[in-house]
Amino acid sequence: MVPLREVVCRAAALAIVLAMAGSAYGTDIPLDQRRSGYADLSRDSKAMQDDDTINPATLWVLDGEALWSQKTGAVNRACADCHQDATVSMKGVAARYPAFSPARNAPINLEQRINLCRTEHQQAPPLAYESRDLLALTAYIGRQSRGIAIAPPDDKRLTPFIEEGRKLFTRRIGQIDMSCAQCHDDNWGKKLAGSLIPQAQPTGYPIYRLEWQSLGSLQRRLRNCMTGLRAEAYDYGAPENVNLELFLMWRARGLQIETPAVRP
Amino acid sequence: MGRPLINVPAKVKRGQVFEIKTLISHIMETGFRYTTTGAQMPRDIVTAFSCSYNGEEIFRADLYPAISANPFLTFFTVATESGTLDFKWVGDNGFSETATAKIVVE
Repeated sequence: MVPLREVVCRAAALAIVLAMAGSAYGTDIPLDQRRSGYADLSRDSKAMQDDDTINPATLWVLDGEALWSQKTGAVNRACADCHQDATVSMKGVAARYPAFSPARNAPINLEQRINLCRTEHQQAPPLAYESRDLLALTAYIGRQSRGIAIAPPDDKRLTPFIEEGRKLFTRRIGQIDMSCAQCHDDNWGKKLAGSLIPQAQPTGYPIYRLEWQSLGSLQRRLRNCMTGLRAEAYDYGAPENVNLELFLMWRARGLQIETPAVRP
Repeated sequence: MGRPLINVPAKVKRGQVFEIKTLISHIMETGFRYTTTGAQMPRDIVTAFSCSYNGEEIFRADLYPAISANPFLTFFTVATESGTLDFKWVGDNGFSETATAKIVVE
C-alpha cells in the first residue's frame, strides 16, 4: 500500500505540473519588463559580481588575458598578433554573438568563433568545451563588452535560426514534459521549490555559478535545465544549443552585458 | 594557473585599520565525492593560509573540505610601517603558492 503522505505529495506535484502546463507556448515578456538575473541576486552575490577583486571569475579573465598574447599553433601566432589590444578590438564583440558564419552556413557562438580562429589562423587544435582555456578566453573577450547593450546582428540569414531557437524554447521536452518558456516566460519571478525562477536572460556568460564552484558557459547552463527536465541534453556545440543561444540573445536584446557574472 | 589575487590599499594612514582581500584559484575537491564509476575522488584542498606583515605573522587560517572552491579570505590589520605583506597558501598534493603586496604607510 502506498502511504497516504506519498499520495498527497504526488497529487500536489501533478497539480503543479498541470497548472504550469496550461499554456504550451509562452508569450514573450514585454520589452520593458525584461531584467537581468542580477536584479534578483542576494546582496552578497551582487557584491561578489560588482567587485573584480572578489569575483572569482576574475581568475579566469586574468588567465584569458595571458592566453590572448601567448603564441600557439603551427604558425606560432597569438590572438594579439592579429587582433592587437583586446580592450579595443574585442569591445562589443560578445554583445553580437552568435553571428552568422558563411563557411558553416549557420550561426556560431563565441566559443566556436575562438576555435575557428585557432584551427584556421593559428593552426592549433580546438579547445574543448568547458576547458579552462576556452572559458578563460571567452570570459576575457566577454569582459570587454561589459556595460554594452546586447545587439544581435541585423542579418536576414539569422532569422530562420532565431525561429528554430524559439521553437526549441517553446517545445515541451523530457519526462517532466515542460518547455523553457513555461518557466522563463510564463512564471518568472515565482518560485520553483525554494529557488526564484529567473527570466533566463543570458547577460553574463560565461558565469561563475556558485553551485558549480566554477565558471561555465551558456551551453552548460542550457544542458543543466534540460537535465532538470529529465530530457537528454543536446551536445556541446550542437546546432540546437547554438540556435537556443541565438534566440536567447535576441530575446535579451538591449540588456547590458555583465560578463563575467555571478549567479547562485 | 592558480595565480592569487590580492587587494590591499596602496596607501594608508598610520594607525588606520585596513582590509586585506585574497582570492586564489583552487578546485577544493572535498574527498567525499565519487566518480560515475564509483571511484572515490581524492581530497585536494588548500589546508593552510598565512599572512605576514614585514615578517611578522598577522593572520593564519586552517582550511577544511567545507570551504568552497577558489577560497576568498578577507581580514583586517592595523597599519604600522610601510613594507610588504607576504601571503602563503599550502595544500594537498604539495600545493604551495605565495604572493606579496606592498603597502605605504603615511
